[in-house]
Amino acid sequence: MSILTAVITLGLIAGIFGLLLGYASIRFHVEGDPVVDKIDALLPQTQCGQCSFAGCRPYAEAIANGEAPINQCPPGGETTILALADLLGVEAIPLNAEHGEEKPVATVAIIDEQVCIGCTLCIQACPVDAILGAAKQMHTVIEDECTGCELCIPPCPVDCIEMIPLKETLETWKWPLPEHTHTAPKI
Amino acid sequence: MTEQSNRLSTFHGGLKLDGHKTMSLTSPIGKAVIPAKVIIPLHQHIGDTGELLVKEGDKVLKGQPLTLSSSYVSAPVHASTSGTIVKITDHKIPHPSGLSAPCVIIETDGKDEWTEVSPVEDFRQLDATELRNRIRHAGIVGLGGAAFPTAVKLNPGPDQKIDTVIFNGAECEPYITCDDMLMRERADDVISGIQISLYALNTNNGIIAIENNKPEAIGALNQAIKKSNATNIKVISMPTLYPTGGEKQLIKVITGKEVPGNGLPADIGIIVQNVGTMAAIHQAIHFGKPLISRIVTITGKGIKKPQNLETLIGTPMADLIAQCGGYKDDAEHLVMGGPMMGFTLTTDQLPVIKGCNCLLVETSELQKKSRPTMPCIRCGECVRVCPASLLPQQLYWYASSKNFDKVQDYHLFDCIECGCCAQVCPSQIPLVQYYRFAKTEIWNLERERQKSDHARMRHDFRQARLDKEKQEREERLRKKKEMLAKKQQQENAESGEEDPKKAAIEAALARVKAKKEQAGLTPKNTDNLTAGQQKLIEEADKRRNQSKAE
Ligand code: SF4
Ligand code: SF4
Ligand code: SF4
Repeated sequence: MSILTAVITLGLIAGIFGLLLGYASIRFHVEGDPVVDKIDALLPQTQCGQCSFAGCRPYAEAIANGEAPINQCPPGGETTILALADLLGVEAIPLNAEHGEEKPVATVAIIDEQVCIGCTLCIQACPVDAILGAAKQMHTVIEDECTGCELCIPPCPVDCIEMIPLKETLETWKWPLPEHTHTAPKI
Repeated sequence: MTEQSNRLSTFHGGLKLDGHKTMSLTSPIGKAVIPAKVIIPLHQHIGDTGELLVKEGDKVLKGQPLTLSSSYVSAPVHASTSGTIVKITDHKIPHPSGLSAPCVIIETDGKDEWTEVSPVEDFRQLDATELRNRIRHAGIVGLGGAAFPTAVKLNPGPDQKIDTVIFNGAECEPYITCDDMLMRERADDVISGIQISLYALNTNNGIIAIENNKPEAIGALNQAIKKSNATNIKVISMPTLYPTGGEKQLIKVITGKEVPGNGLPADIGIIVQNVGTMAAIHQAIHFGKPLISRIVTITGKGIKKPQNLETLIGTPMADLIAQCGGYKDDAEHLVMGGPMMGFTLTTDQLPVIKGCNCLLVETSELQKKSRPTMPCIRCGECVRVCPASLLPQQLYWYASSKNFDKVQDYHLFDCIECGCCAQVCPSQIPLVQYYRFAKTEIWNLERERQKSDHARMRHDFRQARLDKEKQEREERLRKKKEMLAKKQQQENAESGEEDPKKAAIEAALARVKAKKEQAGLTPKNTDNLTAGQQKLIEEADKRRNQSKAE
């Protein structure tokens, strides 16, 4: 009997929550712009602002509105430009050097924990909450979450943040392209 | 019991290669000397690394687990002999990258003392889950080279009925003979392991598939089958054709069935297991011994005494080479695996791992074939030999031009990297290198995409948090203001006074006025005025006084 009550109660609760969630998903549904979404999906999400926009999505919106060319994202580099050109059916153009250069290797921020004074300024700058720490406590960067945007470097009053190249692991190692590449004939 | 090969199917392409097998078959399986140090990489398989159970300075016994696997697709590693852990550190491991990975380094004590083991007398007393658990804790992985955790392969899932298990004794790649020797010398162990696997998979149809260039192995297995009265296992002898030992190719030859493109053999009710893995299962169940050694073929024209050695996992390759008489003068390259699918190592200071079936020492003679690469002449030779029925020249074209979408449209991931295409290519194009390049590039792109999706999520989350915080701050501020205003009103009502703010302002204004009057309303910049200026001021004062009077 008590089992039955429990099952019914739980069932009811589940039902109510289901309805609530269903309502919420309709009521609070955000209409995403599909083109912006598609462009945003191709941007590297470093959120560094080098494109002169306040992050990848604003840049995606600007591209979608025809307000910005596709060659302003240094972290994405050639790959991103090619992908954007492909998506939008426009000509690929070289990266605009005014916005920066493509980094040859991915980097992540590292905090010198001896020097850090725990001012929290870097935490406020980090666009993806990759820095851990509280006021007057030593701070540290979660390597896996860091996008390498370098936004935390200028605010640090004691210059204790450095960008280091990401270490190659067995998972990230890639076979090199063989040296003697001849152009294959056109089909 | 041995079936005739004329009832068998064939796969597309393939190559007849020189076996070069006899050179390592002249002596029985030897025992590799216990080295001074064993270097045991924590990750020797497909899947996750286990958690470390030991620390530097610990004394360990042979067979003692060094890691614990908590995730499903994983395998623990064990101490391969007794001794003291001197270091847990990154050490170079056998991998085409030449990179280092975490290893446990044990200084051996020479006693080779076993830890406590729990043998199972009759495996039929246990259920399949318990058997799989034991196989899992024994760290057994596919010993054919892929090193996929065996316990996972033995668990195809409740709704996947397995009706045939093929035990792969093809050993189709040149030079390698470790499975051949194992089947000849330890046929009983292999059959025993096969019985355990068939029991765990709940099927009665075991097929041992062997290339017909191994009559001794076929004979030994047939005898072992007869001895144990195993009616559920039969041996099939297949034509010798590279790469018959490839999983999909083997299934095609034995059953005539094709494994669907992105599918697994289990999807069509088949599982393929290596014969060496079966011997390891036998050890794990009947003796309770984990996988701490394997047979390695040390061979090639560049080694003095080619042979097979039962080797402790973690033994430095240099020790094995030394035990085989050392390198010949014309030795050029050390390859792990065979000449077709193996990869070149840059040093012999590397440990033997579970997936290391062969160490091949190549001479300059073998390498001379590598004449300069020429452009593709579209002769189609590669298409003719590809056992995966691919178009290697198209794959090459798209891989070299980094067109990673197209190269996948041409089924890059069906390529088994057998090397047949590169072997026959008259232009000497290192085709497989291009495919490996493209595969790792594509994996990397996928990883980057996942990473950026994750970053987007974190960024959105942070944005939402900041917005919420701002809203909350504003809300708090508004509430505070309201509260203050209310309080004021109340106070005013109580004291019956005017609004104190207003009063304060008025008081301030009054003070300013008083000050002005005190100064006599005389502007401060009226010294040294010209007569004209003086006149203008007087006129203005007059007008002002007039308007005031009015
Ligand atoms: S430049 Fe930085 S913020 Fe702009 S799109 Fe590229 S990664 Fe995103
Ligand atoms: S065998 Fe070599 S030359 Fe011939 S088609 Fe294939 S890649 Fe081109
Ligand atoms: S290496 Fe790949 S493409 Fe070349 S023959 Fe083998 S399966 Fe076919």
